[in-house]
Parts: sequence; structure tokens; C-alpha cells
Amino acid sequence: MKGTNIGEFEELILLTVAALMEEAYSVGICDEIEQVSGRKVKLGVIHPVLNRLENKGFLISKLGDATKERGGRRKRYYQVTHSGKVTLKNVKVQRDVLWGKIDDMIFDGI
Amino acid sequence: MKTNEPHNPPNWANKLLEFYCQSSLLEDLQGDLYEHYTRNISKGKFKADAIYWLDVLKFLRIYTVQKPKILNNMNTFILLLNYWKTSLRSIKRNKLFSAINIVGLAISMSVGLLMITFIDELYSYDDFHSNSDRLYRIIDTYQRTDNDPMDLASTSIFVGKQMEESFSEVEHAVTLRRNFSGDAKFGDKVIPIHGLWSSEKFFKVLSYELIQGNINTVLQTPYSLVLTERTAAKLIGGGEYIGKIIRLNEKDNYTITGIVKNPPKNSHMQFEALASFSTYENTVKDKEKFLSWTSVWMYYVYVILKENTDPKQFQNNLDRLAKSENTKHEHHNVTIKSQAITEIVPSNDLYNNIGPNFGKEPLYRLGLLTLMIIFSAAFNYTNLSIARSIRRSKEVGIRKVIGATRPQVFTQFICESLIISLAAVILSFGLFLFLKPEFLNLDEEIQDVVLLNFRAVHALYFIGSAIVVGVLSGLLPAILLSKIKIISVLQNIGSIKLMSGLPLRKILIVAQFALSMGFIISTFIIYRQYQYSINYDLGFSTKNILNIEVQGNDHEILKSYFEQIPEVKFISKSRIIPSTGDKLVAYGKFKDSTDSALLLYNFIDEHYLQNLRFEIIAGMNFSVKANMEKEAFTIVNETLLKRFAIKSPLDGINESIVLDGIKLKIIGVVSDFHHNNLDNKIEPFLFRYKPEEFHVLNLKVESTDMLGTMTKLSNAWEKADNIHPFKAEFFDSQVQSSYLSYTIMIKVIGFLAFLAISIATFGLLGMAVYVTESRLKEISIRKVLGASENNLIYLLSRGFVFLLVISAVIAIPLTYLIFDQVVLAEVAYRAPIGAFEILSGALIIFIIGIGTIGLQTLSAVTVNPAENLKEE
Repeated sequence: MKGTNIGEFEELILLTVAALMEEAYSVGICDEIEQVSGRKVKLGVIHPVLNRLENKGFLISKLGDATKERGGRRKRYYQVTHSGKVTLKNVKVQRDVLWGKIDDMIFDGI
Repeated sequence: MKTNEPHNPPNWANKLLEFYCQSSLLEDLQGDLYEHYTRNISKGKFKADAIYWLDVLKFLRIYTVQKPKILNNMNTFILLLNYWKTSLRSIKRNKLFSAINIVGLAISMSVGLLMITFIDELYSYDDFHSNSDRLYRIIDTYQRTDNDPMDLASTSIFVGKQMEESFSEVEHAVTLRRNFSGDAKFGDKVIPIHGLWSSEKFFKVLSYELIQGNINTVLQTPYSLVLTERTAAKLIGGGEYIGKIIRLNEKDNYTITGIVKNPPKNSHMQFEALASFSTYENTVKDKEKFLSWTSVWMYYVYVILKENTDPKQFQNNLDRLAKSENTKHEHHNVTIKSQAITEIVPSNDLYNNIGPNFGKEPLYRLGLLTLMIIFSAAFNYTNLSIARSIRRSKEVGIRKVIGATRPQVFTQFICESLIISLAAVILSFGLFLFLKPEFLNLDEEIQDVVLLNFRAVHALYFIGSAIVVGVLSGLLPAILLSKIKIISVLQNIGSIKLMSGLPLRKILIVAQFALSMGFIISTFIIYRQYQYSINYDLGFSTKNILNIEVQGNDHEILKSYFEQIPEVKFISKSRIIPSTGDKLVAYGKFKDSTDSALLLYNFIDEHYLQNLRFEIIAGMNFSVKANMEKEAFTIVNETLLKRFAIKSPLDGINESIVLDGIKLKIIGVVSDFHHNNLDNKIEPFLFRYKPEEFHVLNLKVESTDMLGTMTKLSNAWEKADNIHPFKAEFFDSQVQSSYLSYTIMIKVIGFLAFLAISIATFGLLGMAVYVTESRLKEISIRKVLGASENNLIYLLSRGFVFLLVISAVIAIPLTYLIFDQVVLAEVAYRAPIGAFEILSGALIIFIIGIGTIGLQTLSAVTVNPAENLKEE
């Protein structure tokens, strides 16, 4: 499973993209992450990560239609690829396995 | 609500983004930033702008920045590699044409390189002088009553002294006198040396390097001598030079006060020694004449002007001086002006130059000829390329289909011509090395002036000119080829006709042939003139006369030695050798003391007129007792009598001429003879008798074994003089050498003619190929319909013969006019320009031209018509 490790932030982004389905574009992803995690993520942070993920093959992007709000500039919509989904699933599975091993008592009262 | 108003992000930030960002990412990134901007507007425009700017700057990262522009140019670079490959291939495929082009261009460019090095070297004369921007020579124009004014490089001592004493603009001045020469003796060694007299400030004005001696005092005291390194080494050998005594001409003792470095080649004055002027001044008897304003023949004055002097102001002062002096001298008019030192070589004719020179006019002419040759070759390339273009049209079409733009196709063909041009340059360098000694040997005078060493900067000029030639010659074909429409290629519409090129090419062919014809005719004309000149009856005989220079020895002793050799039949003596350009002149008066004429003369002995078979038409020859103590008699020619309005030869006898203050009685008259080159007309001439002035022995030699006789003569010489080398030359060959300029012209123009013809013939070949190729189908169809081969040849060649006729019509009158009015106009005795010369030139061209066309069309019409018609 070499090369398919993704960082925490990358995982976050991938999940957000999957969640947003058709509406996943850079600004939208920004907003969603802020909403869910409370972190104020800047565009300048997200944009390169999106690019990196696409280079790694976990995302695929395409340009949408021209819209009026952005001065006629098209949005770039991202979707999770098959390998992206596989990676996410793997991560989830890994987490679940670890969680399963933890005794309920440790987290009592949190 | 403010959000309805269109707020725009800061323009410059946007521009920056657009500049650096990759086009694939630009659009959505810009859109994202824009979206944020509109959100941020609510915080105030200033803040929104600031955030935008920051974001733009923050996004300046590796993955957003577009690949540097170099990689865009990588495209062009890669294409160039491709052009290189295809050019090489096309050159290899058309070996013949490429070879013709390269060789033609190479030959013409080697001539060009010769010219470049020659001109560069000439213009680099005297640039080693520091202060060359303030360094001038004073030259003047001398006119005596009604005679023609003469431009001289020399001037008077008077001027020199004025420069030093009365002209405030002058910082330093030096006066030189030429002909400091004689036999220098040191210990046992005697060598002849040749140099200049110079006043004190020589080294302050001119930048010759004094390696030993004090710069301020080295030429101060009388009998001071400065030697060049080379001369000192030759004379003294090694050791200390300063303070040694040299004995000159067995008369005077000079002390060496300094050693100077050998003057470089590009110095207009050459010398082996410098003697202090004060020596000379002390020996002068006639002080008044010495310092006269009008004694302008022997002295040279150089000055350094103070910084920021206005040259015009200086010239005004010179004019003022001239004006005031001229009023004191009735019969003379002398004007002086300054000449910058770097202007001395090359420059137009000045009499009395201190050293070798090369005129500007012949330089321009040579340059023009060279340019014509180069253009000829370049246009040849153009012609041939256009001829081959038909075959290339398919290639061009496909390139365009694949996506080549017109500029790219254009560049491709320019590259090709550049490669050929550069290859030609390399070849031409080899040819240059071959041409160089030939050029230098054309004339000794050329060797005196230039070395023609190849310097690095010449390589630069050369490659530069190669590029210019390459681009020029490739321009037309490249333009025409890049215009080709894809459609016409793919549809294979007949054969592509590049119609726009045709009339231009015809003009080029006509020009090339007219040029070749002109050159050939010129060569013939000059040759005819040359033969005429050397065979012309000079009015006296030069056959079998050997002229031997006396070189300071006792001519009676020499004569007695030579007389003992049986092959020597008769000996006479003279000062100069006539008809070779040597001249002695003086002003002579007859009766009316204001009418003085410029007369030429020679000193001869009593045997001279008989030896050389002059015709005495009145009076008698000199007798041995003629001038016992002082000169009293003279023999004159007919023209002199005419000049002084003496009606007949008999009237002239016993009349007197006053020459340079000496009264001479005319005792004889000879019929006119050519004392000078046939280029000049006959002038008034007189013979004088003065034994001290006999510098040449004229020996009439009759021998079957010339070599043996020469050995005997040279042995006899050595008995009398073992210091100086034996100098003897046949009168006939001396006369021939005086027409050296003709031989040079014949060689040079003949060579250029050969070049021009070869280039023109190849051009014609190319043209013929083009025409036949573009009419292949027509020829085949005509053949099928029954035309005979002769008919076809006639049809195809018709156009060419017409072109040849036109070039003849242009060339013949033009060449005739040029020679009649310009080149030979100055020549006094001319061979008539005959029909033979003119027609022969035209004939040769016609034969070559028709031969070429004939061969080409013949090979075209003998092709099986089926071959050409198959493709349809």
C-alpha cells in the first residue's frame, strides 16, 4: 500500500469532495470544511492540495459551465476517482480496526 | 445593496496572475479569487483589494507558474535542428547544384575577404599614434605663374618654423627632411642606410618608441643620430649603442644618441635612421632660399594641436599666413592646409609622399568590382534555387498541411541558404590563402603598403558578410516558396509556375552576362593597349641596352672595367633612364624673364645620343670638351622650341635658355622622342652635360650567352665596388615594367572576367533547367504531335538567345564608353579600340551561352515523351 498514504488534511478534503458530490469545487470545498470542522481554511491551502491529489490520481477534475458570478470564469469541479474511493475506504477500515481494539472503558465519559 | 455594483479586483494584480499562471489553471483559479473578492467587498473595498493582492502573490508557486518562455523557444530551437537536417539532406540530394553554388559563392567571397583585409589594413595606417585625433601633417598646393597647380605632401621649413614659433594652437611641431642616406661605417662594417633628418621634437609629436636615449635631447645637437633597432644590430652588432661614433660617406662623424623601435608596417613613413636637423641647417649655404616660403619640395611638417582647438580656426590662421606670404612672392602661389594623420593612407594623389601610399580612387574601384562579383554569385544562388523550387513544392505543401506557418517555411529556406553561405565562407578562406600571395605579387608597391595578415576581427567581418550574402541570396526563393498554396500542390495542377519570379530572373541573367561580356572586352582592350605601348616607337632605341647603376662609384673606372668585356660594344652615361617614369624637372626661361616653363631634362655624356640612336636634326652633339669648368651647353627637343615659340630647329641654334639660374646655349636639336610613359604627351626636354651627375651607365651588349656575360659584368663590378650589390637591368624590360599598371589590370580584370563568366554560365544553366522542367509536359505533347527535336530546341532556346542579344547590346556600348571616356582618356598615346576586341568578347559569351542552353535543351527533348505523360 505504498504511495497511497494520504495525510489527515488530504483525507478531509477527499471526504468533503465525496460528500459534496456535484458541487465540489475549490471555494465550495473551503466553505464546507469550515462548516464541518470549524477550521478557517484558506483557498491558498486547499488549491495546491487539490492539485496534488489530482496528480496522485485520487481526484479527477473538469471545467464546468461559465457562470455570471465569477466574471464568466468557469468552475473546476472535482470528483473522487475509484482509487480515491479505495484509499478512503482503506483508511476508514484501518481506523475502524484500531477503534475496535480500544476498550470502551477508556473513552467512558468523553 | 452594494453587491449589485460590479466591483472589480485590482487590475494589476490580475495582470500579474495572468502573466505567471499556467493557462490550464488560470481560469478557475482566477474565478475562485474573484468569488472570494466579491465576498470580501462587504469588508470594504480596500480590504478586499489587499486580500486579493496577497492571494495573487501567495499563489506564486511552482505548480501554478507556467513553464518559462524558454521552453516556448525550445520549439523554435527544435525546429532549427530539423531545418539543419533537411537542409543537409537537400544539399546532398542535389550535389551538382549545391557544389556550383558553394564554389561560386566561395570564389567571390574569397575576393571579398581579400578586399576586406586590404581595406582594413589601409585604414589602420598610423592608428598607433597616441593623440592621433590632434596629430596633423601640413600639406600644400604649389602653383607657379601659369603652370598647373600641384598638390604636395611636403612643405617648407618656413612653415615648420612658423608652426613652432607663431601658432598658439600648436602644442608641438616637428620638421623633417627626407633623403638622409649614405654609407654608414662602424669599425670594419659598412652598410647603406636610409632615413630622415628631423628637428628636436620628433618623439613628442609622433609615437615611435624610443627605447634608448633621452626623449628631450636625443635630436638636439648637430651630428646626433638615432638608429632603429634593426639597423643598429646590423651595423654594430651587440653591446652598448649610445655614444658610439658612426662615419657617414667617409665625410662626417655622427654620435648615436638614441635607439628607436622599428617603425611598424602600418606607418606611412619608414626610416632606418634619424639625424638631427641642426646638422643640416649648419651646412646650408644659401640661407635665404633655405628658409623661403616657396621651397616646398623636401620638408615635411607634423604638428600636435592643443586640446580643444577648433580645426577651422587653425585652417583660417593657415590661410592668413599663406595670403600674407604669397603677396611677397610674385610668381608663386602656395596654399597650406592641415591633414589628419590617419587620413594620410589611403588618400588621393599627392606628389612627394614621404612613403608608399595607395589612392582612394583605385580603392573604390576595386571595392566596386568586388561587390559586383559577390552580388553576381549571390544572385546566381537565387536563380538556381528558384529553378529547383519546383521539386521542392511538394515538400512545402506537406509541411504546410502538417501545420507549418508561412514564416516557418520562410525560415527553413533562409536556413538552407545560410548553411550554403557559411560552407562557402569556409571554402573561401582556403582560397583566400591562395589568392593572397598572388595579389601581393601583382606589384611590388602593394607589398610596400600592406601585409594582409589575417586578424581575428577579419573573421568577424567575414562571417558577418557571409550571413548577409546568405540572407540576401536566399530571400527571394524563400519568399516565393513560402507562398505556395497547399491546394495547388495536392491537386498537382500541372507544374507550379512561380510566375512572379520570372521577369526579375531574366533581368538578373541579362545583368550577369552583360557583366561578363564587359569584363572580357575590357581585358582585350587593355591587352591591346599594353602591346601597343611596349611596341611603340619611342624615337630612340632601347634594344640590347643594359642600364647599370653607378651607385656613387667613379664612372670612368667602371667604364674601363666594362669595356674590357668583349660583348660590351658601346658605353654611354646618363643621369636617369627615360621612358620609365623617372623625371628631372626645372624651370627654364627664354628671353622674356617672366615666362618660365616647367622643363624636363637629363644629364648625358657625349656618347649617349649615338648609343641610343637619337636623331639629331640640327646642330651637333656634345663634345668631350663641352663643359670644362661650368655647364654652358644644351641640346633640346622640338617641343621645347615650340614652347618658346622658336620657329625652326635651325633658329634655335645658339639661342640661350636660363635654367635654374644657369645660362645654357643650345648647340643641337633632336627630334621629339618619348622621354616618359606613353600615357603622357611629349613635353619640352633638354639634355645637359655634367659628369658629376652620371648615375647610370648604358651598355650596348651583344651576346649569345647572356648569363655568362652578366656574370662577367658582375665580377667586373665587384672589382670596383664590393659594398653595394650589382644593379643592372635591360632597358626593354624597364620600359615594360613601367607599364606595370597595365599588366596588373590585365591580371585582375582577366581573373574577374573568368569568375563572372563561370558564375553567369551556371546561372544560365539553372535558368535553362527551370524552363525545360516547367515545360516538360508541353515538350512531350509536342513531340507526340510530331515536332522534331530541332524544332523543339529552337522553341526553347529562342527566349535565351534574345536575352543574350540584349546583354550584348547593353554591354558593348557601355564598355566602349567607359574605356574611351574614363580609363583611357588620360592616356596620351592610345591604341584604337577596335572591332576585334569588342566582338571577340561578345562572341565568346555567345558561344558559351548557346552551348549551355543547347546542351540542356537537348537533354530535355530527347526524353521519351511517355515518361512525362505517364503521371497524369
